[in-house]
Amino acid sequence: MALPDELLAELDELILNYPDRRAGLIPALHRCQEELGGWLSPEILEDCAEYFDMEPVEVYGVASFYPMFHLKPVGKHVVGVCRNVSCELRGASDITSRVCRVTGAQAPGRNSTDMRFYVEHLECQGACADAPMIVVDGVYHENLEPDDVDTILGELS
Amino acid sequence: MSGFETYLLERTQAKDSHLLKVARGLGTYGALKKILDTPLTPKDVIEELKESGLRGRGGAGFPTGLKWSFMPDADKDTRKRYLALNADESEPGTCKDRVLMREDPHTVIEGCLIAAFAMRLDAVYIYVRGEYRVPYERLAVAIEEARTAGLVGPRILGSDFSCEIHMHKGAGAYICGEETGLMESLEGKRGHPRPKPPFPAGFGLWGQPTTVNNVETIYNAPFILERGAQWFRSMGTKKSPGNFLCGISGHVEKPGVYEIPLGMPARQILDEFAGGVWKKRALKAWIPGGSSTGFLKPDAIDTSMDHDSLKEAQSMFGTGAMIILDETASVVRSALTLMNFYEHESCGQCSQCREGTQWLAQIFQRIHDGQGRMEDIQLLEDLANGMAPGKTICALSDAAAIPTHSVIRNFKDELVEYVREGGHPDLRGKQPAVHQEVGV
Repeated sequence: MALPDELLAELDELILNYPDRRAGLIPALHRCQEELGGWLSPEILEDCAEYFDMEPVEVYGVASFYPMFHLKPVGKHVVGVCRNVSCELRGASDITSRVCRVTGAQAPGRNSTDMRFYVEHLECQGACADAPMIVVDGVYHENLEPDDVDTILGELS
Repeated sequence: MSGFETYLLERTQAKDSHLLKVARGLGTYGALKKILDTPLTPKDVIEELKESGLRGRGGAGFPTGLKWSFMPDADKDTRKRYLALNADESEPGTCKDRVLMREDPHTVIEGCLIAAFAMRLDAVYIYVRGEYRVPYERLAVAIEEARTAGLVGPRILGSDFSCEIHMHKGAGAYICGEETGLMESLEGKRGHPRPKPPFPAGFGLWGQPTTVNNVETIYNAPFILERGAQWFRSMGTKKSPGNFLCGISGHVEKPGVYEIPLGMPARQILDEFAGGVWKKRALKAWIPGGSSTGFLKPDAIDTSMDHDSLKEAQSMFGTGAMIILDETASVVRSALTLMNFYEHESCGQCSQCREGTQWLAQIFQRIHDGQGRMEDIQLLEDLANGMAPGKTICALSDAAAIPTHSVIRNFKDELVEYVREGGHPDLRGKQPAVHQEVGV
């Protein structure tokens, strides 16, 4: 078990919310991804399997079902662009092009070669009345013009 | 602007409305207090909800009081009982629950407590989509505030009524907004919808009696209990009473989330609230209630926004989320976007949906790209007929079939034009597009 003690203590607390331990799995995968490098490595999935007393493949089956979980290494900053209909009608494809240009990622679904950025397309994020939008490291940025992308990404460390 | 009574957004507009101190000043928890002080019985509460005619705001429009009454008698069935609050808002175009959770989490909590009282529940799980970080935090903080104030937990406000509320974070799958997919996901599994029956009231979370309600639905409950079913029925239509939150997006001057009485004509919402079609352009198409409700023609814009009227217009009220397309928009392009979405979100259990959404996406793609064939239009229709209605475990397959049928019914000319002229106007006479996006 390589999960840090602090995280394990947090998970011990988390599973008390449920009559069945396994219900804590998805929130636990979130915490692991947040704390342990931005993606869920096979080792982390195995540790989670041990913690939840599940087969590793079952944990993989859950993790791979949910788009918010990354199963390959991602760049330091994750930039998602909503491509669904309300955003698209207000210029999401221009936003995607700009995000790719500014980050250097070849296309959505790729990291930049310097691993500073991972760019992805997102489905509807519930920000339709403030379209188009991007999500940078979990934070919504809405009502965008392509130039806003330069500013938002330029301010990142 | 037309004068009508409002209540859904009143509290959300106050400064710091998410804090307990402010929320209480605005009257939050007043309905719960009334129930406990009177005291009303759980049956009284369910009767009031039934009387009000409130219909679920999450898409299906099912009568909420009736749904609550489906829970087994707690004296005879001693299993644990749950509410799963569906805060997995992800139907394209829908952006209303986010506002309620972010700006007024305490009324959401009060609604959950009233549901818990009425259905004699042991606990409430609030399933918030993982991307809604701020609404999640606001609700989590509000629950702790409420717990400290004796509003959540054992012996609420000194009464015999106890209820726990837990937050739960999803991880970005549309299908988890389907009630049985949500329950599977909450149990820590892939979000695969369950065949029904058994229904959640008999076999829900962990096999226990469970009710799943949408956030806006639950948000209505405190107002109904405090002001009465007759007050609620004074708004909206006879069969669809009350107000609803209309998220209006796309090609409009003022996209937003507006409070609207059910039954208001869509044109009035578009013109008086959203400022009309943007850039003084004409309307080409519109979606009335979220992506699954299909594309309607401009001549249907006088339809009233309520369940019955939209059904007559061969659509649905859905989540009441209007999406507007101006005269320059491509219906084929938007349909392709939606089919890519449904393909991505199909859980893969049912072959009609898993294969059907892939084929719909591919065929719309080739029509869009200028490689379509005239017989593709019939093929789209045949595929959609094979996917719905009611041929699969859940309604995602229907949700892809309905917009497909609507494009063929209402915008066939555009499909024919794309096949004849070589695809989307921007692509005509050019090399076929290369799709370089890679899977994640």
